[in-house]
Amino acid sequence: MKKAADHTKPKRYGMVIDLDKCTGCGACMVACFAENNIPFKKDESEKLLSITWMRVYKLSNKKKYPDTDICYLPRPCMHCEGHEGHSPCVSVCPATVTDYSTETGIVSQIYTRCFGCRYCMAACPYHARYFNWWDPVWPKGMEKMLSPDVSVRMRGVVEKCSFCYHRYQRAKDKAYVEGRTDVEEEEYQTACTQACPARAITFGDLNNPKHKVYELKQDPHAFRLLERLGTNPKVYYVSSREWVRKSGDNYLKHEEPGHIATKH
Amino acid sequence: MSALEEKTKAVSDGGGFPTLFFIIGLSLSLIVGWIIFPKLLYSKKQQPFDFNHVLHNEMVEDCQSCHFFREDGSFAGVPKLAQCVDCHMDIQGDTEDEAIFVNEYVIPGREVPWLVYSEQPDCVFFSHAAHVKAGGMDCKTCHGPIGQSTSLKPYEENRITGYSRDIWGYNIAGIKKNTWDRMKMDDCSECHVQMDVNQTSVQTEKGACFVCHK
Repeated sequence: MKKAADHTKPKRYGMVIDLDKCTGCGACMVACFAENNIPFKKDESEKLLSITWMRVYKLSNKKKYPDTDICYLPRPCMHCEGHEGHSPCVSVCPATVTDYSTETGIVSQIYTRCFGCRYCMAACPYHARYFNWWDPVWPKGMEKMLSPDVSVRMRGVVEKCSFCYHRYQRAKDKAYVEGRTDVEEEEYQTACTQACPARAITFGDLNNPKHKVYELKQDPHAFRLLERLGTNPKVYYVSSREWVRKSGDNYLKHEEPGHIATKH
Repeated sequence: MSALEEKTKAVSDGGGFPTLFFIIGLSLSLIVGWIIFPKLLYSKKQQPFDFNHVLHNEMVEDCQSCHFFREDGSFAGVPKLAQCVDCHMDIQGDTEDEAIFVNEYVIPGREVPWLVYSEQPDCVFFSHAAHVKAGGMDCKTCHGPIGQSTSLKPYEENRITGYSRDIWGYNIAGIKKNTWDRMKMDDCSECHVQMDVNQTSVQTEKGACFVCHK
């Protein structure tokens, strides 16, 4: 048997979302539901109880016509790196359910370990985590349409976006069979990225200069949500509008966005 | 003998019975726990019909002739009917199992509902490609010398969990002599630690969970 270690360089998978391109259509949310066997309810109007790994928020500059402007902001899990992988949720989990991998930079969630204490939900500043208050109920016959690549969650556990990790596993399998050890950029893309009709979402390895995200994240208009908390998220947003960039964090009146935050 | 002495003797005599009952009780509970309960815990199921690996091995190159990788990297696992019918259009030989196979499955075009001994729980992601192609492992390391078997053993299903007994292992004390005796998470991680595979977890500084879970 060969030693399998060090066959891939450490990656930091992340996203760059262009908010100027996002039309708020919600295709990313739908794609995410279908891809990840996300349970839904008969009445999805109660947004506090619905589970949306990818959620599109509507921002407004709260100004009167003609200055009024809105912006849609898709929010997956930020897969925070924190300080050396100590993201807020990973630090508080008492059951090693959620974990940060230094190989991919993905924050994992193992549903079978979770006992539902919801510390991680309290720790997450992005509301990216959701609790299953009920067992999923699928419309008749739909359980046969579920993806076998993603395990279905039960009542009493927390779930969140995994950057479609199962797609990475599949891409790696294909690479191994073809005698490669590494996956190409186009081989591993999340469902939301591929579903976006406006191509607002770009996904890839933030460490790899050949990947599109590497350059996009260095855009002078790039910012991350609540950056000053030190969560070191791996989802970047880009907007040419200053009020949008400013709404990504809480600033004092005299502060300007991007001046205090340190770019990574 | 004084009255006091008699009393002491009676007490020490009486000590024999509780000890005896204790030993009987202990051995009974040990028998129940180690022999009867494990027997009750697993239901035995027979495969739809018997299969001879040795006989087939003589006709083909290696395991991967029937248990092959697909182009997309996934593993085919137990062969589908389409692979078997090339040779088994008509009854070969005169065994009863062959007659069952051809009459009940080949002619009506029904897939054989094989019971898979190594079927893992739903939360497990196992990559054959990573182990066989990238890791260069033999099938035998996990599956044992199944290629040298002339018949299929009964499939034992855990009545509580619904999983195959091959996952927990046949030794109820959990003693493992061969690498293929068990397929529990600890057995996977034991090898992963030894081989230093994806030991990239920040929490445990061992294997990251998303390597084998989904």
